[in-house]
Amino acid sequence: MNPFTYERARTPAEAASAAVRNPGARFIAGGTNLLDLMKLQIETPAHLIDVNALALNKIEAIPEGGLRIGALVRNTDLASDERVRRDYAVLSRAISAGASGQIRNKATTAGNLLQRTRCPYFYDTAQPCNKRTPGSGCSAIGGVTRALAVVGASNSCIATHPSDMAVAMRALDATVETVKPDGSTRRIPIAEFYRLPGDTPQIETALEGGEIITAVTLPPPAGGAQIYRKVRDRASYAFALVSVAAVVQRDGTGRVALGGVAHKPWRVEKAEAELPRGAKVAMAAIMADARPTRDNAFKVALAERTLASVLAEAKV
Amino acid sequence: MQKPGDFESSRRVLLVGAVTAAAVPVLPTATKAQAPAPNPPTAPVAAKVSLTVNGKPAALELDTRTTLLDALREHLHLTGSKKGCDHGQCGACTVMVDGRRVYSCLTLAVMHEGNEVTTIEGLGTPDNLHPMQAAFVKHDGYQCGYCTPGQICASVAMLQEIKDGIPSHVTADLAARPQLTVDEIRERMSGNICRCGAYSNIVEAITEVAGRQA
Repeated sequence: MNPFTYERARTPAEAASAAVRNPGARFIAGGTNLLDLMKLQIETPAHLIDVNALALNKIEAIPEGGLRIGALVRNTDLASDERVRRDYAVLSRAISAGASGQIRNKATTAGNLLQRTRCPYFYDTAQPCNKRTPGSGCSAIGGVTRALAVVGASNSCIATHPSDMAVAMRALDATVETVKPDGSTRRIPIAEFYRLPGDTPQIETALEGGEIITAVTLPPPAGGAQIYRKVRDRASYAFALVSVAAVVQRDGTGRVALGGVAHKPWRVEKAEAELPRGAKVAMAAIMADARPTRDNAFKVALAERTLASVLAEAKV
Repeated sequence: MQKPGDFESSRRVLLVGAVTAAAVPVLPTATKAQAPAPNPPTAPVAAKVSLTVNGKPAALELDTRTTLLDALREHLHLTGSKKGCDHGQCGACTVMVDGRRVYSCLTLAVMHEGNEVTTIEGLGTPDNLHPMQAAFVKHDGYQCGYCTPGQICASVAMLQEIKDGIPSHVTADLAARPQLTVDEIRERMSGNICRCGAYSNIVEAITEVAGRQA
């Protein structure tokens, strides 16, 4: 790990301006992903801004309905919150399906959103990777691609986003709240928060330099059956091959977001009109742009079967 | 081959780096921000942190890169917590921070100002075992023993998580309190790997302690 200087920030604005003053700085909260990447020399920040003292660890009801989840709310606390378990079960389920108890006790809401891909070529510093070293090439393309993206990928990158939580938040139409270094704030719908890789896979979100997430808001409860189904190589403590976050109403309408298949939580709103016609038709529309490799073509069929299982459970 | 001029410039960079690092003050208080270095530091940077470990105060001055695990093992000489993978995948380094289990390898010591850390040494002693330690001995919940301190710290904190009503991936009803079942214990202990495969005995040990607590 490279040496770095370290400071503790007290307010979001102070943290954001510290990031601008220190090019190459990173915010650190839970640190469960960043520190791992620093040990592997994938991330090499010269300066760390510890944001754990920021007062962003509360889950509050919004007057017009919905919840505001502070950026520092730990995954364990978010999954356990009584309101989340009752009104946003898909979110509680998605978080509990991810990582281990020890990680969830540390990992934060904002950090979970910003975690990096687990593409094995991103982790192997001996191999080219456009996400790790822009312009160096993608060694995943043509390599072992079983776990990688089947839809929305580019000729520069076929990595997937690893989060479970973000998939549920995409299905729930969450909004990301931020503070910029100049002190201004903005609200970014999660649909616009994540980018597809295109020619610049190193740019993963809509965040600008120094901009820091302060909260994620959830709209008023969507009701319905809320289900998160995760399919992986082992039953616990593994990343998704395919996951489905769904909110399904009694009349068969609903919303569906997929994890493990793309550079971001994958949701195609216009395909959701097909949900009452069943998983086969709906998934064909959701995966209309899929360009799988020989290794990961199974994910397209697996996504359809996972959705079928979710829709069957929703009817019970 | 390196030209003399290259050598001069690289030596100058190194010297500047060393001066910069030496000039960086250590954190005077818990909240005061440290003056950041204008360039990436090329030499180790030190910072102070005060925390409580197993009930005893500890004031340390550490390289900022020091993980909580290395602070415990190399600086406080509490070698019960083990370094297995050092990447948060095996669970051997599990300790409790303010009562919650975490991987001490995946967090920096300087991030724990004012925290209370409990390691295996703080749970019990050879003459006065914690009930979970006694149950692991009774049920043969280990072979080589390397993962055992992490397993025990994780299982003690895990039973508290069930008591606190924290749901898991296998909790059937999110509206009800989680039950103390073998499936729940196995799911909640999935962040601790045992290379010897003593899992069935570990579950028996935890089940016995859980039953006694219930």
